[in-house]
Amino acid sequence: MTEITAHAPAPVAARRRFRWNGTLVTGLAMFAAVILVAIIAPFFYADQAAELTGESSLGSVPGHPLGTDTLGRDMLARTLVATRTTVLMALAATALAAAIGVGFGIAVWLAPRRLRNLGLRLIEFFISYPGLLLAIIVAAILGQGAINAVIAVAAASIAGFARLTANLASGIAARQYVSTARLLGVPAHRIALRHVLPNMAEPMLIITAQAFAGALVEISGLSFVGLGTQAPYFDYGTLLADSLSKIMTNPILLVGPALAIVIVSMSALFIGDGLAAAANPRSNAKQSQLTLREGETSALSPADDDALLVADGVTVTHIESGRELVSDVSFTIRRGEIVGIVGESGSGKSLTASVASRLLADGLSASVRRLTLGDTDLTGKVPPAELASRIGLVYQDPGTALNPALTLGSQLSDVLRTRMGMNRREARRALLAAFKDVLMPDPEGRLRQNPHELSGGMNQRAMIASAMSVKPELLIADEPTTALDVTVQREVLTLINRLNTERGTAVLFISHDLGVVRRLCDRVLVMQRGQIVEQIDDMDNLTVERAAHPYTRQLLAATPSVRLEEDKA
Amino acid sequence: MSDTLVNVTDLNVHFGTSHVLQDVSVSLGTGRTVGVVGESGSGKSTLAKALVGVVPASGGEIWVDGLDVRLATRRELAQYRRRIQMIPQDPFSSLSPRRTIAQTLAEAIEPGRGRVRPYQDRIAHWLERVGLDASMMHRYPHEFSGGQRQRIAIARGLIIDPSFVIADEITSALDVSVQAQVLELLADIRESLGLTMMFISHNLAVVQHVSDDVVVLYRGVVVEAGPVAQIFSSPQHWYTKALLEADPGSPGFTLDAPAA
Repeated sequence: MTEITAHAPAPVAARRRFRWNGTLVTGLAMFAAVILVAIIAPFFYADQAAELTGESSLGSVPGHPLGTDTLGRDMLARTLVATRTTVLMALAATALAAAIGVGFGIAVWLAPRRLRNLGLRLIEFFISYPGLLLAIIVAAILGQGAINAVIAVAAASIAGFARLTANLASGIAARQYVSTARLLGVPAHRIALRHVLPNMAEPMLIITAQAFAGALVEISGLSFVGLGTQAPYFDYGTLLADSLSKIMTNPILLVGPALAIVIVSMSALFIGDGLAAAANPRSNAKQSQLTLREGETSALSPADDDALLVADGVTVTHIESGRELVSDVSFTIRRGEIVGIVGESGSGKSLTASVASRLLADGLSASVRRLTLGDTDLTGKVPPAELASRIGLVYQDPGTALNPALTLGSQLSDVLRTRMGMNRREARRALLAAFKDVLMPDPEGRLRQNPHELSGGMNQRAMIASAMSVKPELLIADEPTTALDVTVQREVLTLINRLNTERGTAVLFISHDLGVVRRLCDRVLVMQRGQIVEQIDDMDNLTVERAAHPYTRQLLAATPSVRLEEDKA
Repeated sequence: MSDTLVNVTDLNVHFGTSHVLQDVSVSLGTGRTVGVVGESGSGKSTLAKALVGVVPASGGEIWVDGLDVRLATRRELAQYRRRIQMIPQDPFSSLSPRRTIAQTLAEAIEPGRGRVRPYQDRIAHWLERVGLDASMMHRYPHEFSGGQRQRIAIARGLIIDPSFVIADEITSALDVSVQAQVLELLADIRESLGLTMMFISHNLAVVQHVSDDVVVLYRGVVVEAGPVAQIFSSPQHWYTKALLEADPGSPGFTLDAPAA
């Protein structure tokens, strides 16, 4: 199941801020060094690399640390000088492949349906062909030579670029800004240049770095088998081929070109991985943590001491920016109570609940003065099985909380089997009973169905049934009806209300809809910018006239509600 | 100019074997707003798409602004789409993240070249009209909140002075207080420009707030249609009644009834 995500407070600006990471910095530093060598080495060492000395086939000796080849040329100098040729060839091949591949991918995307399908099949065909093999075949047809090798290697990596472009383009084309531009009458090629291409820059950069590493190895491979650079020119591949014949007599010769290939391709791979990590904000988020603040005075009255859930001084901080997202929020839920938390997105209501359920998202840290469920201290080590059996969770969108590939029966009984130690049959029986409890029509049939065969309301009913199947003391429902139609919403609310009345399950109900909260909850906490601005104990006071805090009044005034004729009179 | 701007008669739309819209008829006078309500899957958005000619109809007639949309040529359709505008639902995916607000609005004015400079004053005017600062035009979408983005989307829809606007669930992704502000803005613009609009929403209260007439769709069929006051005070069809009673603010709302 999904975790409670901290969507609201994740600052939009921070998401777009570039995240440097060690891999990327290392890669860039290595690549900069490689480029530097490629630029300056031929100026200083070209003569030395070509100079025929009498000292042929030397091992590692002073003056020639990597030895000399059969013609007495210094291997270190040759390796350094070869960097320019090799890197230039790899860059040219990558650029050529990227230009043609992206162009082809976009053309495929722009083409009418039949042509597009043909193009996609063509791309798939070439993808399935091993790149190096394709490069060798093309190079063999074109004949020997550096330029032919570049063309061959480029030809081999075009398909990768084309496939990525076509895939990304079809994803971006589904975005509303593209469909809006279409409706506005923007010509298709303009849409491609203006909206589609710029928005695929990030993944394209990543794959380019990887393609460069691949091209480097392939070009060296072609030169190695004699299809690439021809004498008197040389690159890593030719150096490797020359020294391979001496592997038994003078193995040190291999070290230079071999190491060079590894270093250059690794720098490119590091850059690729670093860019990928930078593009994915989750990859470098620190693990969430929950700590206890001791020695502070409680914000709650002693009368609340025996409540089911006692949350005292909940504070949530975004670790990286140090921003406080929830500030010192204290509340209790007594047995049998339905407590609502209302507020706008970003007010911290979901975060507060995620602390109570110990499901804080990575990158956040929380601290509390006290967090107890019954007699259990939730800040300590609580066995997951105990947590799972005492707190039930229901999320906003049953469509994304359920796995479409599994039947309801198999995925919803997971908790019962893994956490409650039931066997398959017992779990199924318990789930069936839970389905009956939520008045699911045809419960046996539903167990065998996949989520897409059921309506949103039925899926949410199944989620509630699953959450209630462990007979939890507390049910945390995070916007459980927001994704549902009004008539279905009413059914689901009725169900929560009934389970609360019949079983005495306490409910923490998170919602932005004050109309719903007013009808369902016993008490309401109003949150704004991470703080509780008002707590209302009597639902009759949840009106514009009687609410105390201006923010509550503002929310109430903004809540749309159907006006009937008699109200107007 | 005829008084009726939009006239849809017996519209039928099929997706494969499923009958998405059945004999739907809607007519809309110039300067009026019709609210279309219904649950997800009731065919609300399909109706909008059929109106702009994106979804082909399998039967019936669609006349908008003197054009028979179903029989229009490619060229006519392209011109027609410059006179009607659809404001999309999701303010987060409706603005290209790599284009400034000015570029986005300029694209609406001049789809081909999308130059900003010649239209700077017009863009500034419209940003101010929807309650934003003109100096914001060179910023990128990520610098704006959801409500601000939706204002920008509204500005993009109205900047070319369309004769008919379709707003598809434009407030459902917004927080209540932001929604209230956007609705207020829309009501204000509607009054000052005499806009003709189709307002699609699943929220009855919102529809009541902005519409003159209401069309209730249920499984692709219009079950009830008429002036807002009439439909909301004396609904005839059981489904309309059920919708009204399901609104948490309505007197008929109760959580004690046995679930269906």
